Amino acid sequence: MSHEVPNYIGFEEYSEHVPASIPSAVQQATSRFVSGRASRVAELPQWEELRQIGSDIRLHTIENMDVYLTRLEEKVQAAGGHVHWAQTAEEARQIVLQIAREHNVKSVVKSKSMATEEIGLNHALEQAGIEALETDLGEYIIQLAGTGPSHIIVPAVHLKKEEIAALFSEKLHIDAPADPVELTRIAREVLREKFLNAGMGISGGNFLIAETGTLVLVTNEGNGRMCTTMPDLHVAVVGIDKVIPDWESLTVFLKLLARSATGQKLSTYTQFITGPSREQGEFGPKEFHLVLLDNGRSNILKDPVGREVFKCIRCGACANVCPVYKNVGGFAYGWFISGPIGAILSPQMLGTQTARELPYASTLCGACADVCPVKIPIPTILRHLRRRVAQGDEFAEATLPVTIRTTAGLASFALAQNWLYRIGTRILPWVMAIFKRDNWIPYAPYPLSRWTKARPLPPFNAGFRGWWRKVRATSGKESAK
Amino acid sequence: MPKAQLFITCLGDQFYTSTLQNMTHLLERLGVELLFPPQQTCCGQPLFNNGFEDKTRAVALNFMHAFAKSDAPIIGPSGSCVSMVKHHYPSLFKEGSSEHSLAVDISSRIYEFTEYLVNVLEVKDVGAVYPHKVTYHASCHYLREMGLKTEAKTLLNCVKGLEFISLEEEETCCGFGGAFTVTYPEVSRSMMENKVRDIVASGADTVVMCEPGCLMNVAGGLHKAGSSIRAMHIIDLLAAREESA
Repeated sequence: MSHEVPNYIGFEEYSEHVPASIPSAVQQATSRFVSGRASRVAELPQWEELRQIGSDIRLHTIENMDVYLTRLEEKVQAAGGHVHWAQTAEEARQIVLQIAREHNVKSVVKSKSMATEEIGLNHALEQAGIEALETDLGEYIIQLAGTGPSHIIVPAVHLKKEEIAALFSEKLHIDAPADPVELTRIAREVLREKFLNAGMGISGGNFLIAETGTLVLVTNEGNGRMCTTMPDLHVAVVGIDKVIPDWESLTVFLKLLARSATGQKLSTYTQFITGPSREQGEFGPKEFHLVLLDNGRSNILKDPVGREVFKCIRCGACANVCPVYKNVGGFAYGWFISGPIGAILSPQMLGTQTARELPYASTLCGACADVCPVKIPIPTILRHLRRRVAQGDEFAEATLPVTIRTTAGLASFALAQNWLYRIGTRILPWVMAIFKRDNWIPYAPYPLSRWTKARPLPPFNAGFRGWWRKVRATSGKESAK
Repeated sequence: MPKAQLFITCLGDQFYTSTLQNMTHLLERLGVELLFPPQQTCCGQPLFNNGFEDKTRAVALNFMHAFAKSDAPIIGPSGSCVSMVKHHYPSLFKEGSSEHSLAVDISSRIYEFTEYLVNVLEVKDVGAVYPHKVTYHASCHYLREMGLKTEAKTLLNCVKGLEFISLEEEETCCGFGGAFTVTYPEVSRSMMENKVRDIVASGADTVVMCEPGCLMNVAGGLHKAGSSIRAMHIIDLLAAREESA
């Protein structure tokens, strides 16, 4: 899953064979974020109000995206930057490769970016003979491991320090100890050298401020600043959904983002990049390119329910509280984005054939919507996409197997004809008595076998209706006390 | 004398006869005159939550017609099923249609059991005695869709002899999630096992919840784990008296 767009995401198949080390690593890390977030949120009495304002601004921007994107383009150009529009992932890759070729770039340093994961940029650069090195520690680790990220903000969350040490030892031919400080030092040593020699820095972007054409990067490690200032050339690949109206909006999102993501008030580095350096001696690259990535976003924007996914500010809080995510890890979601937000984004971007299992990868417990800093109604969108999968809608045909749809039809009939349901209720205890052992049903036939493989069923007893009739018939309203 | 209609839910109907009997006793003891419309089946949530909105309508219509015979409030022992009717029924029908008006009417007078006790009847102490160490699992739809954060605890707090022990990750889903258990049984199993682990670690001898679905899952999980901890619906705990405790 490192660079290719999947043909089919088999969530169920993956979930049957989750490596045992993943849930424990993920649960350990996410619990820290959850408690950190809770403490920071408790400090802000106006938190709920901020969430509402954040949500309103995002929705407003989604509804007026063309206006803000046009303004953004003008402002970036006015600041001396270049703007490129990429309709597809392939177009985006070609744009970046073209810029690299024009500048005879041999090596690239990259700051963490979900957009470049989305388009599989590293692979394309390598194919073109350009070395692309991830410089965020987590991204560096998964690049060495040859996988994609398993969490939005902690790409290597599924690995424990012992596994990272083993990976470093194998790939870097050294003897790496299982000590986070030492591992960071080793990575830093490798990366320093690369920063100095890279011909191009590539970043993503957390926000694009239309008002002034400013790219905002929110990071913690300092590598983002190195990538965007050391090389003479900076290319930012950013989804069009990242645009926000103005600086005032930004203050809201900065308050929401770090608190929700890592439980920090503010991340260590918040960079504002408006075009390239303009004067002799001014800090920064000589050239700045902004690649605005559509890759299906414009189509999703036509769906008034589904498009709320683009309110997302990529904090990962939904994954941190998601009991499904915490038990399967990010790879189960089959693409660059995982957790509840992945479950509602991938089916919209890849279609409900490829990703038809993902909307069902939730118990609809609603924990994600509770913590989402921009109030994305994730359970509502999950149900919306389930409808698309099960019965089809104006955007796509139904993709659920006919057998399941037929079963649902039969269930609907039986539940709507109450005489039929009542007959079933009387028969079931007799039929299921065959399977009863010591007041439990330890094994039941398919599909209930899917339940009993993990825990027994209580026995079917259906005694209330009979009791009510009997009690009411004999003693009227002075019922069985 | 307040009147109310019993909504027994399909899981209650199939598996929890004594809980429904206890619900009847408790409400009648509080002076509520009860009706039971036998035409009721299921609220349709399993179909609705799995994307079969079109196939939910017929089931919802059956429900609405069953309960439209009286204008008395409707009370159910499940936050999840009640939430389905309360929050999703109106969305199933076209605004302006007679079905839509009926759905709005039905959804405006349906209550979850503890919600009805605490917020409508304004009863906190039902005279229950249960001298045990009790912990509580907050069911997802009860907690988040219905917004019932304090009702169950308010009632438990008034039970004589009860020692309340809080549960680690009280608000984390137990892993049932309706058809989810059948679609992704292994994920459901891990979530259930985490819940069982936390319950066992709490040191309580009883775990209580307000949802037949979670109860099936948690009780089965505890049994499978060989634990002697008792899983109960809150109704059964509130019906406990000196002799049965």
